[in-house]
Amino acid sequence: MKQRITIVGGGIVGAACAEALARGGAGVTVVESRFPGTGATAAGMGQVVVMDDSPAQLALTRRSRDPWHGLSATLPAAAEWRRTGTLWVAADDDELAEAARKRDLLVGGSVEARLLDAAEVAAAEPRLRPGLAGGLLVPDDAVVYPPPVAAWLLAAAQRAGATVIRDTTVVAVAGDTLAPGWVRLADGRTIAGDAVVVAAGTATPRLMPGDPLRPRKGHLVITDRTPGFVTHQLIGLGYVKRAHDVGTDWVAFNVQPRATGQLLVGSSRQVDVDSRAIDPVILRAMIDRCTAFMPELAHVPAIRVWTGLRAATPDGLPLIGPWPEMPGVWLATGHAGLRITTALGTADLVPHALCGVDTPLDSQASVPTRCRLTAEACHGWSDRPRHGAAHDRWRGGSRRGGHQRRCGGAQPRWARRLATPHQRVGLAAWPAVRHGHLLRVPRDRGRTPARADLPVARSRRDGGAHRWVRMRAPTTSTCS
Amino acid sequence: MGEDASSHDVDVLVIGGGPAGIAVACSVAEAGRRVAVIDDNPAAGGQIWRGGAAGPGATRWFARLAASPAMVHASTAVIDIRRRADGPPCVVTRGPDGIGEWRPRALVKQGFDVRGRRVVIAGSGPLRLAVAEQASTGRLARFAASLIRHPRKLLQVVSIRRTIGPVLRAGTFPVGVRPDTDGLVVSLVAGGPGRERRADVACDLLACGFGLVPNVEVALACGCEVVRGGVAVNAAGRTTAPGVWAAGECTGVGGLDKSLVEGRVAGLAAAGRSDEAARSAAEVLRWRHFAVRLERTFALDRRLSRLAADDTIVCRCEDVKAGVLRCYPSWREAKLMTRIGMGPCQGRVCGPSVQTLFGWHPDDPRPPGWPVPLAEIVAPVTGSHRE
Repeated sequence: MKQRITIVGGGIVGAACAEALARGGAGVTVVESRFPGTGATAAGMGQVVVMDDSPAQLALTRRSRDPWHGLSATLPAAAEWRRTGTLWVAADDDELAEAARKRDLLVGGSVEARLLDAAEVAAAEPRLRPGLAGGLLVPDDAVVYPPPVAAWLLAAAQRAGATVIRDTTVVAVAGDTLAPGWVRLADGRTIAGDAVVVAAGTATPRLMPGDPLRPRKGHLVITDRTPGFVTHQLIGLGYVKRAHDVGTDWVAFNVQPRATGQLLVGSSRQVDVDSRAIDPVILRAMIDRCTAFMPELAHVPAIRVWTGLRAATPDGLPLIGPWPEMPGVWLATGHAGLRITTALGTADLVPHALCGVDTPLDSQASVPTRCRLTAEACHGWSDRPRHGAAHDRWRGGSRRGGHQRRCGGAQPRWARRLATPHQRVGLAAWPAVRHGHLLRVPRDRGRTPARADLPVARSRRDGGAHRWVRMRAPTTSTCS
Repeated sequence: MGEDASSHDVDVLVIGGGPAGIAVACSVAEAGRRVAVIDDNPAAGGQIWRGGAAGPGATRWFARLAASPAMVHASTAVIDIRRRADGPPCVVTRGPDGIGEWRPRALVKQGFDVRGRRVVIAGSGPLRLAVAEQASTGRLARFAASLIRHPRKLLQVVSIRRTIGPVLRAGTFPVGVRPDTDGLVVSLVAGGPGRERRADVACDLLACGFGLVPNVEVALACGCEVVRGGVAVNAAGRTTAPGVWAAGECTGVGGLDKSLVEGRVAGLAAAGRSDEAARSAAEVLRWRHFAVRLERTFALDRRLSRLAADDTIVCRCEDVKAGVLRCYPSWREAKLMTRIGMGPCQGRVCGPSVQTLFGWHPDDPRPPGWPVPLAEIVAPVTGSHRE
C-alpha cells in the first residue's frame, strides 16, 4: 500500500515536494487555495542563487541550485530560465573585503566564484556607475519565472499519479476529529492520509498557530523592455551586511535582466508588515539606492510596482520537518526570499524527512523539531549524484526507469521506505518543544509566566499579545 | 505618492479635463473655491472636445473655464493617488476606454483625409455612429422611442438618421476582411442567431470599435467601489471612498449631456453646496437612466465573442493569442502563465476584451498608471529614511 501524503499549498515548494514524492511512489494529493504558482511564488524575483548568510544556508542553496541546472534544459519556455550569473557589486573597500570573504566561503563550498576588480566590473556591466571598488561574479546563478515552473512541476507530479485539488482551502490539519495525517477542507470534506506537508507560505500560521513564521514584505518594480541594459543579475553587497537585520526595514540594490528584455528592480524587506499596500518611503529609498549604483536606470520606463509577502523565520532558515505539536504534520515553509532557489532542495529533504532517513538532515537530532540544517548535516549531501543525473531523471519516462538510471537499479532509500508504511516513524515520542525552537507564549496578565526564566527573543509581532521565547537546550546537545 | 515638492493648495482637486471635469471646475470655481484640474492631454477638452472647440456648446464651456480662476494642469498624468484624510475633496472624471473606438475619429480630427474613400464603420453605438451596427433594428427603435424624455438626444437621433440613415445596417457585424484588387472586402453578417445572412462589401477603410467601458482606474486607486463596470455613486456623485466624488463616463457611459450635468452637481457637492446639488438630483438620475438604456440597447451580441479564432491576438503587448487563453479559467492564472496584461499597457487594452471574450475580471490596476521613468514613479521623500 502506498503512503498517502497531502501537501497543503501549490506554490513552487509544494509543487516540487509533490513531484518528488509522487515520483518516489507516494500517493500525493496537493490542495491549493487558488491555482498552482500563485501567492509568494508569483510575487518574487525568481532568483536561483547561492547565499552564504550561514553555513546551513550555503549548503541548502548550493545543493538546491544544482538540480535547477539539471532541469533547465527541460523547463518550458514560459519559465524564462536564464543563467545570468550574479555579480555582487562592491561600492567601497569594506564591501570588497566582504566580497573576498564571500568568495572564500563559496569556493570552500565548491561554488565557482571569481573576484573582479573595478575595471572588470565596469567591463562586465558598463552601466554601473564609475568608481566602484570591484565585485564578485558567481557565474552559475540564474533567474527564472516561477509560476510556470510550479505549474509544470505539478503537471509532472500528476503524470506520476498525484491529485491536484485547486480553488480549495485547507482549514485544519489537526484537531479532535481528524486522525493524524488527515486534513479538512473549507467545503467540509476531509482527505485521509498518512502525513500532511504544509507548504502554505504566509498562510501557514492560520493552520498551525504558534509557528515562528513572520510575514516579510518586499517591493519590486518591473520596467518596459530594454534588452541588453544589463546582462548579469546585480546585487549590491550592502545586502550581505544587512541581511541579519531582521526587525528593521531595509532596501538593497538588486537588478535582474529578464528573458523578456525587461528589468526587475528591487529589493526591500519589511518584517512583520501584513499590509500589501505600497509604501512610498520604502519604494523611494529602494529606487534611490538602485539609481545610485546605476544612474541610467532612472530613465527606464517602469510599468508596474507591486509588493509581496514572504513567509520568513527569525533566523532566515526555512522550516523543513515534522511539527511537534501536531502528529503527522510536516512543514516545508519559511523559505522567505530564497524559496525559488531552495524549492528543489526542499523537495529532496522532505521525502527523507517523511521516512525518517536522516542522510541530509540534522544528524545530531535525527528527527528534529525543526530541520535545522547545520553545516555538519550537510556533509552527508556532497557525495550524492546530481547535475547530469538530475537532468536524466526528468527525461526518463517511467519513474522507476528514471531511478534505475540514477541509482544503479534501485530506488533511493526513502522511496523504499515510502512503500512500506509500517515503518513510518512514530511521532508521539517527541518532546513538545525542542531547544532552539522559538515558542510563542501568550503574554501573561497578572499571572507569573510559566517560563519567566527564558529570554525573550521577539515580541513585536502581534502588538505584544504574545511574546517569543527561545527554548533552552534541556540537555547537552549540539544542535545549533 | 510621498510628499510632493510642488504641492498646491486647493479646495477641490479634479482629475480629468473632459466635459465633466470642466463642468466640475466651473461649478467649484463659481462657488468661490480654489480648484485645480489635472489632465493628461495637452489641453482640456477630453476626447470629445479634443483639440479645442467642437461647436457652440464647447466654445461656451471653454470660455466659462477660462473666465474662472480654476487652474488647469495639462499634460499631467496621474500615476498614483493616495488621499490623506485631511486632504481636499477629489472629483474623478475620466473618459471611457474602448478598443480602437477613438482612433478613426482622432485620425480624422488630426487631418487624415477620408474624402472620396469608401469607409465601413462597424461596431456598437451610439457614440461611434457605427454604420454596421451590431444592435438589432428592434432594439434601436425601442431606444429611439425612449428618447422622448431627452429632447436634445432625440434631435441628435434625427440628425444622425438624416446623415447615415440610408446606409445604416442594424444587427450587422463584420466577420472577416480580406484584401481585394482595389481596397478591402468586408464580410458582414446580418440577422439574428440562426437566421444569419452574409454580405460582402467593398471598401477602402474599415473602422471597428465594439463597446465602451468606463475608465475606473483612478477611482479604484482612490478606493472607490465599482459596480457593474462603473464607479458606484449617489445622486450627488459621491463615491464610497470618503472625500471622493465621481462624474462623467466613469460612472457609466452616457454621453456629453450626462457628463456636464453630473460634473456640475458633483462640483457643487464637493464644494460644500449640497443643497444646490440636491436640487439637481432628479436631472442626474434621468441621465443615469439614459446611460442604463444605452448600455442595454447597445449591449454586445454574444456571437461577437465567438469571432476570435485561436490565432487572434488578444494581448498586443505580449502577443498572447485567444487559443492559448482558452486553457485558463481566470485572468490571474492566464496572466501568470501566459504574460497577458504584463506589457506596457498593463491590461488596459486587453482587459475589456477578455471580459467580453472569457468573462474574466482583470486585476485592479497597480501603479504607475502609465509607463513612467523609474525615478519618477514615486516623489522624492523629504526628511531622512532608513536604509
